[in-house]
Amino acid sequence: MGSHSSPTILLQAQHLSKSFGGVRAVDDVAIAIPQGSITGLIGPNGAGKTTFFNLLVKFLPPDRGSVVFDGRPVHGLPPHKIAQLGMMRTFQVPRVLSRLSVLENMLLAAPGQHGERFWAVWLGGRRIRQQEREMGEKALELLESVGLGHVATEYAGALSGGQRKLLEMARGLMCDPKLMMLDEPAAGVNPALLEQICGYIEAWNRQGITFLIIEHNMDVIMSLCDRVWVLAEGRNLIDGTPAEVQSHPRVIEAYLGSA
Amino acid sequence: MLGILIYSATLVTQAATLALFSLGLNLQWGMAGLVNFGHVAFMALGAYTTVLLTLGGVAWYLAALLGAGAAALLGLLIGLSTLRLREDYLGIVTIGVAELLRLLLKNERPLGWLTRGDFGIQSFPKPLWPNPQGNPLFGWLPPNQYPWVLMVVVLVVLAGTLVLLQRLSRSPWGRVLRAIREDEAVATALGKNVFAFKLQAFVLGGAIGGLSGAFYAWYLQAVYPSNFLPEVTFQAWMIVAIGGAGNHWGVLAGAALFQLYNSLPRFLPDIAPGQTEAIQVMLIGLTLIFVMVWRPQGLLGKKAELLLHR
Repeated sequence: MGSHSSPTILLQAQHLSKSFGGVRAVDDVAIAIPQGSITGLIGPNGAGKTTFFNLLVKFLPPDRGSVVFDGRPVHGLPPHKIAQLGMMRTFQVPRVLSRLSVLENMLLAAPGQHGERFWAVWLGGRRIRQQEREMGEKALELLESVGLGHVATEYAGALSGGQRKLLEMARGLMCDPKLMMLDEPAAGVNPALLEQICGYIEAWNRQGITFLIIEHNMDVIMSLCDRVWVLAEGRNLIDGTPAEVQSHPRVIEAYLGSA
Repeated sequence: MLGILIYSATLVTQAATLALFSLGLNLQWGMAGLVNFGHVAFMALGAYTTVLLTLGGVAWYLAALLGAGAAALLGLLIGLSTLRLREDYLGIVTIGVAELLRLLLKNERPLGWLTRGDFGIQSFPKPLWPNPQGNPLFGWLPPNQYPWVLMVVVLVVLAGTLVLLQRLSRSPWGRVLRAIREDEAVATALGKNVFAFKLQAFVLGGAIGGLSGAFYAWYLQAVYPSNFLPEVTFQAWMIVAIGGAGNHWGVLAGAALFQLYNSLPRFLPDIAPGQTEAIQVMLIGLTLIFVMVWRPQGLLGKKAELLLHR
């Protein structure tokens, strides 16, 4: 279990809305994520969870609503700025850069690289090399910690589905995020790997990273999350502890449909 | 015999110019995945800017750099307006801009004071030309040996560009470009300003294309709007594809192969009078098919990359 000790809110979203044509995919949705928590986001298929995710990080521009992250409004910022502030998202189907090596996938993610400024490539050779060395050490350490050290030089496209999931999470950690947003970390993962992934999430959470997790697997939600928010048909249904939510009649109704 | 030697200097100059031109496209498409169907516009702008500036008394190297600068500016204009859109829009806009520029150059004739329309511009200063006043470097060289001088100049510029691009490719900057080529959304999620990187790649590729225009004008010793038809762009696409997209040395190999096929038929006995050009085009098409079947990744591309699923 993550800790409840810190009452500070890391991310607060209010009135987020997004329509596609006449369909209100996300309709006036709010969420509050306490610093240091593992917060779950559940709901039946088509409830608007992934769309809501995309609104939070500005991958889609919201029609309405506000997002305050770490005490600062971010809904007016472009997505790469939001990522730089420490909101790191993964994708439902893991997206690795196939024709880059596993290590390059990791190095790419590191923030504040001098060598990414194209004039600096000419002037700061030594500084860039040193930075590459330091990042390389950190990347290998992270890869080792998720059991991908031995495939560091392989093309990322050669990895299995489970390995891609691990790489995507490790890559996100290269950015030193404050908030990791995982879109269905358990989807398509075998039970052994799932246990491994849950272990990593708890360990990273103890190191101070806050998590927001979309998940269908209720066991994962029950074992990991401090608090769960439920979406149905694009709207907030309820929120509460996992136990409260699991037995709530409205949640059961939303999942099974009313007779 | 000497004639053939000098001709070969011209062939090398042509190939090097094409290679330079294609390196610009390789940076845009091979590295960053930007679909540029109007690359010839950069060459045309670079060629005309260089020629007109040298006619106005500007030194050749300065004129060529300003030509590259003009092309970079064009790249900036196109990039700012289209790089935020979906990638196919870039393809459409670039092909449109290239044709627009060519038609502008062509129809300037009624005014006649600048590009002289279809008449083109024929006599203009060239780099290190052994002029009667005595060029300090090559004054001893008879004017008909000039192709050697130009060949050396273009090879030096090509080598410099290659070093520059290799260094950029291996840098973190190049890594971000390759990431963008693979998956823009991931690059964005990792905090990279995708638009800014694309713009830099597009502008730099345009500048290199503009620089190649100066050499194009110099070895032809004339510029006409009809030099800059859309097919020139697609020659660069073929060269990049044959060589292996994203691989700068591959572009050199592709340009050499292209040039070989482009010039060899001229040395063949005229088996079918008046149809050498058709045979050329057939040979180039055949090479392309052959390379794509035998090495779909291009001459120097990496096969493993093709076998990866997304």
